[in-house]
Amino acid sequence: MSPQRLSHDAIDGLVRRIEGAIDRVGRPVRLMEVCGTHTMAIFRSGLRTVLPEGLELVSGPGCPVCVTPPAYLDRAIAIARLDGVTIATFGDMIRVPGSAGTLERERARGADVRVVYSTTDALSLARENPARRVVFLAVGFETTAPGLAATALAARREGLENFLLLAAPKLIPPAMEAVLSGGAAIDAFLCPGHVSVIIGSSAYDQVARAHNVPCVVAGFEPPEILLGIAMAAEQLAAGRSEVEIAYRSAVRPEGNARARAVMDEAFEAVDAEWRGLGVIRGSGLALREHLSAMDAAAAIDVELPSPSEPEGCRCGEVLAGLISPSECGLFGVACKPETPVGPCMVSSEGTCAAHFKYGLASGTHGGRS
Amino acid sequence: MCLAVPAKVMEIDGTTARVDMAGNVREADLTLLPEVRVGDYVLVHAGFAIGAYDEETALATLRDLEEITRASGDEGDAP
Repeated sequence: MSPQRLSHDAIDGLVRRIEGAIDRVGRPVRLMEVCGTHTMAIFRSGLRTVLPEGLELVSGPGCPVCVTPPAYLDRAIAIARLDGVTIATFGDMIRVPGSAGTLERERARGADVRVVYSTTDALSLARENPARRVVFLAVGFETTAPGLAATALAARREGLENFLLLAAPKLIPPAMEAVLSGGAAIDAFLCPGHVSVIIGSSAYDQVARAHNVPCVVAGFEPPEILLGIAMAAEQLAAGRSEVEIAYRSAVRPEGNARARAVMDEAFEAVDAEWRGLGVIRGSGLALREHLSAMDAAAAIDVELPSPSEPEGCRCGEVLAGLISPSECGLFGVACKPETPVGPCMVSSEGTCAAHFKYGLASGTHGGRS
Repeated sequence: MCLAVPAKVMEIDGTTARVDMAGNVREADLTLLPEVRVGDYVLVHAGFAIGAYDEETALATLRDLEEITRASGDEGDAP
């Protein structure tokens, strides 16, 4: 594939562009990278060490595992305990704590919990095990939701009655608005690259216009991220708040209309709870009426504990951009990647895991300090 | 979790493609991107091709950044 490399001079050039723009703004700038995949890419590439001091990078709520509330895990765990049920899930989910325990612990106790890499793998499990009910933990953002939808529609066409979804996909733009109304002082957004492949950059028009916040869609290679940051900083310096694309190889203003139509055929927008941000209007997806037979939450009756967050965990405030991980008393002490207390330390894309792994124990969110 | 990987379409059979992902051959479902042709680059996420990937544009972006740097460097060097 493409050699996504830039000469040192060109990287320096981008950093100088950012420095120049921040100087022109004349005050410290806080930029939120909404997407957890960006958070990891930024840490892994060491970009924080080259960014100017006046620029603070704040990690956002774009980690599906992190924002899934305990009540969802509680239901998944209760279903996993039933006879004749197989849980199929993407990897990180099995270590996320519910109100009491994790799916990993249930698996150690004998529950059938399988990690799958694609939604179609989950469908294959249902075909191969007709005597079992296969419940797929359908979480993810707009990048994942069309595939979840296509899978649900395929299962119905095929008449696979033992395939069910515990559906809780979520939508990014309403969460960005919730971050801003939640009090986090964010000057600009670096918008998720692959969510935007589906929804298109025009999906951020409302956020940019209503809140006067520049939104730049960025790719995941270091030059693409730096370019995105430079474009956002230059907008701030010029007093603009527009939607721009720094990832033209993959993202177009209109997105993928076909994928959105598939998503719309299977799901409808509903109010949804996000860990840390509370209930956000129209930010979740639920199966439509014609697919209600495969809705695991409705079809499988379980008793649930009253939901509770892990004691002392401040993951919610981290997700809302209100504190950095090191401001949580558990960070790096009781809560580490091998013994995570909260979901932001569980997921490889979680902000706490990234800060821990890359040794950012100081009180700053980022920037050269 | 929103990682998508660029891949080249090698073969298409109905709604399934065989794609080359940096040397690894995988299957990708084309339900969300039915207009794809053999030889195209696509972004694959969780088993689905979710969008077209324009290799030329990716390279052009890098070339532009190099050129801008050279141009501003030349200016800086000017007496």
